[in-house]
Amino acid sequence: MSMDIENKNFLIQNILSPALGQVLSKEALEKLSYFKNEKNDRPLIYIGAGTCGLGAGADKILKATKLYISEKNIEAEIIETGCIGLCSSEPLLDVKLPGQNRISFENVTEEKVNKILDNVFSMNLNGDKTLGQFTSGENKQWSNIQDINEHPFFKPQTRLVLKNCGIVNPVSIEEYIARGGYKHYLETIRKKSSFDVCDIIEKSGLRGRGGGGFPTGKKWKFAHAEVSDQKYLICNADEGDPGAFMDRAVIEGDPHKLIEGMAIAAYGIGATKAYVYIRAEYPLAIKRLKIALDQAREYGLLGERIFGSDVNFEIKVKMGAGAFVCGEETALIHSIEGKRGMPRPRPPFPAVSGLFGKPTIINNVETLANIPGIIEKGHEWFSSIGTENSKGTKVFALSGKIELTGLVEIPMGTTVREVLFNIAGGIKNNKKFKSVQIGGPSGGCITEQNLDIQIDYDSLIKVGAMMGSGGLVVMDEDTCMVDVAKFFMDFIQRESCGKCIPCREGTKRMLEILENITTRPHGNSHSALERINGVIQLEKLGKVIKETSLCGLGQTAPNPVLSTLKWFRYEYEEHIFDRQCSAGVCTDLRTFKIDVDKCTGCTICAKKCPTDAIIGAKKTAHFIVEDKCISCGTCVDVCKFDAIEVF
Amino acid sequence: MSLNIEVNNQKLSAEKGETILEVLKRNGIKVPTLCHIKDMLPTGACRICVVEQRKTGKLIPSCSQPVEDGMDILTNSPKVNEARKTIIELLLSNHPDDCLYCARNMNCELQTLSNTYHVRERRIRGVKNNHHLDLSSASIVRDPAKCILCGRCVRICDEVMGISAIDFINRGSNSIVGPTFNKGLNTSSCINCGQCIMVCPTGALTEKNHFPELLEALNDPKKIVVAQHAPAISVSLAEEFGMEAGKDINGIMNAALRKIGFNKVFDTSFTADLTIMEESAELIERVKNGGTFPMITSCCPGWIKFAEEFYPEFLPNLSSCKSPQQMMGAIIKSHYAQSAKINPEDIYSVSIMPCTAKKFEGQRAEMTSKGISDVDAVLTTRELAALIKLYEIDLNNIEPELADSPLGLRSSAGKIFASSGGVMEAAIRTANYSLTGKELVQFKVKEVRGFKGIKEAKINIDGLELGVAVTSGLQNAKELLAQIKNGRKDIHFIEIMACPGGCIGGGGQPINTDENALIARMKSIYNIDEKESIKVSHKNPEIRDLYRDFLGQPLGEKSHHLLHTTYEERDVLK
Amino acid sequence: MIKEIDAILDENPKAGREDLIPLLQEIQENQGYLSENAIIKVGKHLQLPTSKIYGVATFYNQFRFEPKGKYHIQVCRGTACHVLGSSTVLDQLEKHLKIKADQTTKDNLFSIEVVACIGACGLAPVICVNGEFYAKVTSESIKEIVENYRNKND
Repeated sequence: MSMDIENKNFLIQNILSPALGQVLSKEALEKLSYFKNEKNDRPLIYIGAGTCGLGAGADKILKATKLYISEKNIEAEIIETGCIGLCSSEPLLDVKLPGQNRISFENVTEEKVNKILDNVFSMNLNGDKTLGQFTSGENKQWSNIQDINEHPFFKPQTRLVLKNCGIVNPVSIEEYIARGGYKHYLETIRKKSSFDVCDIIEKSGLRGRGGGGFPTGKKWKFAHAEVSDQKYLICNADEGDPGAFMDRAVIEGDPHKLIEGMAIAAYGIGATKAYVYIRAEYPLAIKRLKIALDQAREYGLLGERIFGSDVNFEIKVKMGAGAFVCGEETALIHSIEGKRGMPRPRPPFPAVSGLFGKPTIINNVETLANIPGIIEKGHEWFSSIGTENSKGTKVFALSGKIELTGLVEIPMGTTVREVLFNIAGGIKNNKKFKSVQIGGPSGGCITEQNLDIQIDYDSLIKVGAMMGSGGLVVMDEDTCMVDVAKFFMDFIQRESCGKCIPCREGTKRMLEILENITTRPHGNSHSALERINGVIQLEKLGKVIKETSLCGLGQTAPNPVLSTLKWFRYEYEEHIFDRQCSAGVCTDLRTFKIDVDKCTGCTICAKKCPTDAIIGAKKTAHFIVEDKCISCGTCVDVCKFDAIEVF
Repeated sequence: MSLNIEVNNQKLSAEKGETILEVLKRNGIKVPTLCHIKDMLPTGACRICVVEQRKTGKLIPSCSQPVEDGMDILTNSPKVNEARKTIIELLLSNHPDDCLYCARNMNCELQTLSNTYHVRERRIRGVKNNHHLDLSSASIVRDPAKCILCGRCVRICDEVMGISAIDFINRGSNSIVGPTFNKGLNTSSCINCGQCIMVCPTGALTEKNHFPELLEALNDPKKIVVAQHAPAISVSLAEEFGMEAGKDINGIMNAALRKIGFNKVFDTSFTADLTIMEESAELIERVKNGGTFPMITSCCPGWIKFAEEFYPEFLPNLSSCKSPQQMMGAIIKSHYAQSAKINPEDIYSVSIMPCTAKKFEGQRAEMTSKGISDVDAVLTTRELAALIKLYEIDLNNIEPELADSPLGLRSSAGKIFASSGGVMEAAIRTANYSLTGKELVQFKVKEVRGFKGIKEAKINIDGLELGVAVTSGLQNAKELLAQIKNGRKDIHFIEIMACPGGCIGGGGQPINTDENALIARMKSIYNIDEKESIKVSHKNPEIRDLYRDFLGQPLGEKSHHLLHTTYEERDVLK
Repeated sequence: MIKEIDAILDENPKAGREDLIPLLQEIQENQGYLSENAIIKVGKHLQLPTSKIYGVATFYNQFRFEPKGKYHIQVCRGTACHVLGSSTVLDQLEKHLKIKADQTTKDNLFSIEVVACIGACGLAPVICVNGEFYAKVTSESIKEIVENYRNKND
C-alpha cells in the first residue's frame, strides 16, 4: 500500500501536477520506464486474457505459467492484458526478460507452456511459434524474430484506439499515466474552456463510431448550449451488434483511455455525472472498468474539485440487461431510468432533454476512446487521417470464414479488399469469397464487385451497407445468403422492442416469408406463386418499415434482406423455384433418395424415421415417400451402408 | 409566434409548439391515429399518422413532430397512403378473422381504417398468435389476440386512473398487454372501471356480457324481471342510436325496456335520493359524534376497490352506504317483493349502468342477503343499446313512458349523481335542510360542477363550515389523499368518482365518447336539474313513503341491514 | 430464499426507479431467477406497481423466471457463430440434453440459454458454461463438454 502511495505521489508530482517549468530528472525518467515496463528487473510474463483469450484457453495457460514459476522458483511477474486484436492467434503468451525485447508466442497450449518458458529463459528459442517482438528502448533484439509491427496483420493498421490494448496492464493506472495518460485531461480543465473542447472535437471531424456517424463535436455543442442544473454524459457500451466486440476489447484492454475520454467529454458539455451503460454479457470488461474507476478516484481524477479545479465528475457503471434496442439513445435512457427500453420520438433530442429530463450526450466507447488522442495531438493531426468526410480510424471486428480473425484498426478510406485479403489473409481453407456483412443487423453486404470501395461513412451507404459499429463477418461459397438474411431478420424481430407497428409486425412477417422460402412446403401450404409473392412483399415491406419505423433499429432492420436481395437475387430464386440451397445450408430443402443397390433392407431407417416416410419390406430395398419426408436427415445419420443420397 | 406552413399546397398558420397533427385537425384535415390520446404526450408507436415532407420525401409522424416555419407537408400522397395501408395490412396480417363475431364489429377503429384505406385483399399473411382469452374478471374480458398494442389502455390505467393494473409484457412480436405475471385480471389491482375498454380501438377489451342468462330470464314466465337504470343512462343512450349527444331519452328508454319484456322499470336515481338521505344523516352523525373525517362517498365501485387495495387506512373514512344500485337491489328484493307479494327468488333484477365496475360490485359477497344477490345482472349502456337492437325496437317511433312507482320517482338531486360533483351537491342540499330545517336559496354549488380533476369548496351551513372536495379520475384522488395523509385537515367531505367527469364518462358508456359528448351529457344533466321542481332528495314523496312505510328513519335498524355495508382490505397484485 | 431477497432490499434502503434493473440483476444473481415473490417484494420496496416491474423484467433477455440448472450453458448466436454453425451446435445440445433453449433439465443439472453475442466472435462458435468459455465448439465437442460437467464430482 505504501508503495502504491509513493508511486501515486511520484506520478502526481512529476507528471500530472508538475511545478511550472519542472523538467523530469534522469531518475524520474528511469522510474517512468519501469512503470511503462520498458525496463524491468524481474521477468515479465504477459498473458492475453481478454474474453476472447480466455475463451481460447488463456486461463489454462495462466495456471500452467503460475505452476511453472513456482516450481522453478522464478521471481517473475505475471500480467494479464487485454486482447491485442489477433484472436485467431490466441492464446498469447509474451515474455519480457530484463534487458531484452518483449517476445510474443501465439497459439500457446497448456502443454507447450513449460517448453516455451524453458526456451525463453535459456534464451534459446527452439522453433516456437512467435507472433513477433516488441522493440522498445534500450532492450536487446531477439534474432530472427520479426518486429510485431512488421507482422502482416499489424503492419497496415493505424492503431490509435487500440494502441495500448493487449500491450499494457489494463488495471495499472501507473502504466497509463507513465505512458502519458490523464495529463492532457488535467491540462484541458486547467487551460481550455469547455467550448474550446467541443470546438476542437468538431474541427477534428470525429464522427460517432456507434453507427450513425453524427459529428461528435457538433452534438456536444448542442448540449453545451443548454442551460441546466445538471447534465449527463452516457457512454454507450451496450455493444449489441452480434459480430462486433471492439468496445469490449477497449474496456478490457485499456479502460483508463475510456475514462479519460469521458472526463474530457463531460468537461466539454458541462456534465458532472456520467454513466457507462455496459452489457451484462461482458463481466470481465465490467470488472476491469470498475477497478480502473476506483484507481482514478484514488488518484483524484474523479470526484469533486478534481486536482484543485472547480470541476466535479463522477462515473457510474450500469449493466444492461440484454436488449439490442438499448443501443438507441432514447431506449438506453429509458433503460437507465429503470424502464422498458423502448425508444420515444425525437424531438426532444437527448442533448436537450435526455436522462431524467436533463441535457444528455450519449457517445459510443470507440468515439470516447478517440478523444484523449485528439486532445493530445490536436485536431489537425486527427483530421489528417482518413478521408474528406470520414476522419481518423475505425476499428473493425473481423470474424467468419476468414484466415485471421480479430480486431483491426485502419484509417478511414482503406479498401475492403485490403482489410480482408492483406490484413486478414484471405478466405479460410482457400474457399471462394462470397460476401462480407458490414454493419451487423442494420448493415448490408459487400460483394466481390465492391471489394475496392473505400471504407468510410458515405461510400458504404452508397453500396447499400453502413458503417454500423464495425462488425465484419466474412462469408464464403458455403454460406447461404438467404439463410444469412433470415438469421438477421430473426435476430432483429426478436430484438425489436415491439412498440411501433412497422418494426414489430413487419420484421416478423419478413422473417415468416424467409422461413417459407427456406423450408419445404409441408402439406399444400405455400405454393411457388405464394413464395414469389412473398419476395415481392419483402421488398415492399422493407421499404415501408424503413420509412415509417420509430427508431434506428426499425429504420435499418430490412437492410440485410434488401441488400442480399439486391446482390444475391438468384439465390432467392433458386430457393423459390428449384427448392434448392446450393450452399447446402437450408437443410430443410434437401431431398433424399435411397440407392437401391446399396440398401440392404435392414429397416433401421424406416424404424427411426419420425414421420414413417420410409417404406419397404425387410431385406429389400427401401423407398422414401417424398410427401411425408420432412428432410430431417435422421435416415442419413442411421444408415450404415451409405445408401441414402442427399440432393 | 405564428408560423407559416404549407399543407397539400395550401398555406396554413400554426403556433410554435403545436404538433403537425394539432394543426391539421384544426384545419379539418383528418389524419388517422391509433396510439394517440388527446392531451397526453405522444408515444409515436403506431406510425399511422405519418405525413410526407415534400422537400425530403421523408415520412414523419404528425402526432409527435412539432411544426416548423416553412414546413411543406403532404397528408395523402401516394407514399403516405401506401405506408398507412401497409401498416393496417400488417396489423391485419395476424389479426383474428372474426370481425362478424366480434363485439366491436362496425365499431372498430381497425376495421374502419382498413375500409378507409381500401384494404381489399390479404397481401401479407402472418402466423396467428395463440393468446388466450382472459375471462377471469367479473367486468372485463381481455382478448390479447385482438390487441394491436397501441398502448392506450396502459396509459389510461396508469396516467389517468393511477392504477397500472396492466402493462406491456415481453418484447417485439411477443409483446402483449396484460396484468402482472400475465395472470388473470382478477388477480390484479384492476378496479374494473372499464376506461381501458373506452380507449381500446379493437375488440381486445370488452365488458363481460350476461345476455344468455338475461334472455333466459326474460323468457321464463316464472321470473319477474325488473330493471333499474342509472342517472347517466338516459343522457348517453341516444348516441348509440345516432342521435345527438346528451339527448335525454328517459321516457323512451322506459318504454323500450317494457317492450323488451321487463316487468318493472325502476329508476336508480330514486335510490340515489335514498343514498343522500342515509349519507347526509351519516355525515351529520359524524359531525355530532366526532366520527372519522373526512368522510368519503361510496357510490363508485371502482373507487371502493381502489381504496380497499391501495388505501386501506382510509376505509374508516368511507361512508358505509351501499351504492344506489345496491340500495335499489336490496329494496327490490325486500320491500318491493313484500309489497308485490313476490318471492324474492323469483325476481331477476337487472341494473343498467354506465359502468363496468358495477358488474363486479353486483357480485360482491356483501351484496347478498340470505344467499340471494341484490342484483342479478348488470348491463352497460352499450349492452342496453345492443339489447334494444336485438329486440328490433325503433326508438324513433315509440312514445315515452314513466318509470314504475314506487321506486321510480326521483328528485333532480338524484339525477345529478350522473356527473362528477353531483353526489356532493345533492348531499349539501339535504344536509343543509337537515341541520337548519330550511332549504337553500341557491341550490347550485358551482364550485363542484365541471370537469376539473379536483374541485374544492367551503360550504357554510348555519355557521358550520364544511370543507368539501370532489375528484374524478383516480390519479386525482391519489393526489388529494396524499394531501390529507400529509396532514391537511380542512376537508370534511369528499366525493370520489373513478372515471373522469363521473358516471357520464363511465367505462360502460358508448365507445366513441369524446370530449364534446361528455360536455353535452353533463349539460343535459344540469338542464334537468334546472327545469325540475323537486331539487332535493328529502322532498321526493316516494322516499318519504319508503321511510314511513318500511325503513323507519335514516340510519335506522332496517337501513343498517339493507342499505349499509362494510369494506375490507384487499390483497391483490399491485 | 426469502431472506436473501429481503437482505438485498435492505441493503438498498433508498433505492428508486433508477435502481430497479440493478436490483433485479442482483436478486437474479443470488437466486438464479426472478420468482413472483421477488417481483412483489421489489414492488413494495420501490413502491412501484408489479405490472411495471414484470413489464421491465420481461423486456430484457437477461431475466429468467424459472430456476437455472446447476450448469447453465449459454450458447452464443451472434453472426460469426451462426456463420460457423452455432445453430447445429444448439440443435445438438438440445437433442443431447432433451430440453429446448430457456429450459432446465428435469434433474436441474443443465439449462440452456441463447445469448445474442458474447463478444468472442474471433473464436466462433462459442459457448459459455457457468462463466467458463469454450471456443470453436462443434456438434461433437459439445457433447463431450456436457458430459465432462455431468461427471464432475462437486
